[in-house]
Amino acid sequence: MKIAIASGKGGTGKTTLSSNLAAYISEKEKVVLCDLDVEEPNSGLFIKGKLIHKEDKFKMVPSWDSNKCTFCGLCQDVCNYNAVIKLEDKIMVFPDLCHSCYACSELCPENALPMIPEKMGELKHFESGDISFIESHLDVGREQAVPLISQTIEYVDEHFPKETIRLYDSPPGTSCPVIEATKEVDFVILITEPTPFGFHDLKLAIETMKKMEKEFAVVINRYGIGNDDVLNYCKDNDIPLLAKIPNDRYIAELYSSGELIYTRVPEVKKQLKHVYDYILKLKENNEV
Amino acid sequence: MKEIVVISGKGGTGKTSITASIAYLGGKDVVVADCDVDAADMHLLMKPDYAKSEDFYSGEIAEINPDMCINCGKCKEVCRFNAVSIANQKHTVSSLNCEGCGYCARVCPVGAISMVEQNVGKVHISNTKAGNMMVHAELGIGADNSGKLVAKVKKEAKLLAEKTNKEFIIIDGSPGVGCPVVSSLSGADFVVLVTEPTVAGLHDLERVYQLVKKFNIKAGCIINKADLNTNVEKEIQEFLKRENVAHIANLPYDETFTKAMTVGQTIVEYGESDLKNIVAESWDKVKELVAN
Repeated sequence: MKIAIASGKGGTGKTTLSSNLAAYISEKEKVVLCDLDVEEPNSGLFIKGKLIHKEDKFKMVPSWDSNKCTFCGLCQDVCNYNAVIKLEDKIMVFPDLCHSCYACSELCPENALPMIPEKMGELKHFESGDISFIESHLDVGREQAVPLISQTIEYVDEHFPKETIRLYDSPPGTSCPVIEATKEVDFVILITEPTPFGFHDLKLAIETMKKMEKEFAVVINRYGIGNDDVLNYCKDNDIPLLAKIPNDRYIAELYSSGELIYTRVPEVKKQLKHVYDYILKLKENNEV
Repeated sequence: MKEIVVISGKGGTGKTSITASIAYLGGKDVVVADCDVDAADMHLLMKPDYAKSEDFYSGEIAEINPDMCINCGKCKEVCRFNAVSIANQKHTVSSLNCEGCGYCARVCPVGAISMVEQNVGKVHISNTKAGNMMVHAELGIGADNSGKLVAKVKKEAKLLAEKTNKEFIIIDGSPGVGCPVVSSLSGADFVVLVTEPTVAGLHDLERVYQLVKKFNIKAGCIINKADLNTNVEKEIQEFLKRENVAHIANLPYDETFTKAMTVGQTIVEYGESDLKNIVAESWDKVKELVAN
């Protein structure tokens, strides 16, 4: 069972919900938490476990073999990303523009552009009680998060049984990184705050999930600030509202030092139970 | 003319509220650009009038003409993105998976695949309530190429600033360290980092500052909600000293931030608060830092 925790707007509590929910669920059953916000992964600040595996992650990019090249220029012609440029006396490759489509490499009549791995980040696998925690960091300066997100999901798919609940802490926004993180999931939890910014970006996130034909529900964080727009919107559009995490400076303080919240704030534990119960129901329906 | 980019690494640190306040204070001296095109929120505070809007096209997606397709499967074979599947015995392209590389179109033996340019969003040029002009955008739902849309917004803002002889462009960047952020940093003269004293805020600040360093751009930092955690606040101060980043200001943890946003106002318009004065001083300090 794959569940993405996403938001549209950044800083609405994706990581707070992901890490606390994972820890809460692990009191009842095994759970996988996977941080797919590879540009700025933060779940690892809250879930500390034993590092059991790490590996560098690569994407494939063409490399130029000057001995074979005849300067026909086909590589430049076929590249839709301007990642391969033919100059007077050499072919230049720009790895950050390359999408690893292999067209230049495989269409080169002389095999002068073999694909080679280029490091883009690092994946780590931690174990902490009944939580398996996987995170990837994109190397700073690398622009494309998508290939690293996709390889991180592959790692999780290969290492854990299908039935295990997998929580994907997703990147913010509504463009390619969040699409990659959510496109294979069974269910999406959208977390928002009840402010005009939160509401505006929630509607974008909802449109994105509808376009992808995903089933989703909403959790409101910092409930009590702002206004009732999110609440009314969910009601009017029959969107399930799973939980309301209260606005409380104490919660912000716990978060600020990297502490889990539900163990100290009974109300948050109660709200997490609502979310977990909903997941159990979904799981049951999925199996039927 | 100087480009000032506001970024944060982590989302939700108050970046947009602070940028909008600076843009409001800058008034007629500035052009405003909202480069957080993925989740653009600045218009909610700046009340733009959408004086001029245009569609933005970037990138392509493959489309297979079912009447010409002979089901040879070559396209599926070469696609590295699992974008080609077979439905009703015909090959079709999933627009969510297609990266627009065009490899399939090149190898199709009957020319059944065409690459179609994508409308990825809209770019707007507006007059705002602060008496300045603002360039902003809406990225299409699930669209690619947010980096290119950011570049387009910046380009329009720059043209506007040159044409109208403005001193500053104030740019709201996106969270993260990936392509939209890289795109918003390129060509910038000064970076304002907005952070908060949380372990996540500091972690993300360190990462995004590594990126700023690669671009060799001078930076200053505003610590929002500074009194939330004095230990982490100290760590941030030490980080700034170590990296020679100017400390612009500490803003207190204050729900005025949200209250102002809830009524569609910037912090500097809303009531009387310490916050208001500190933000005004911050803008003066930024101008001083940019001038040196």
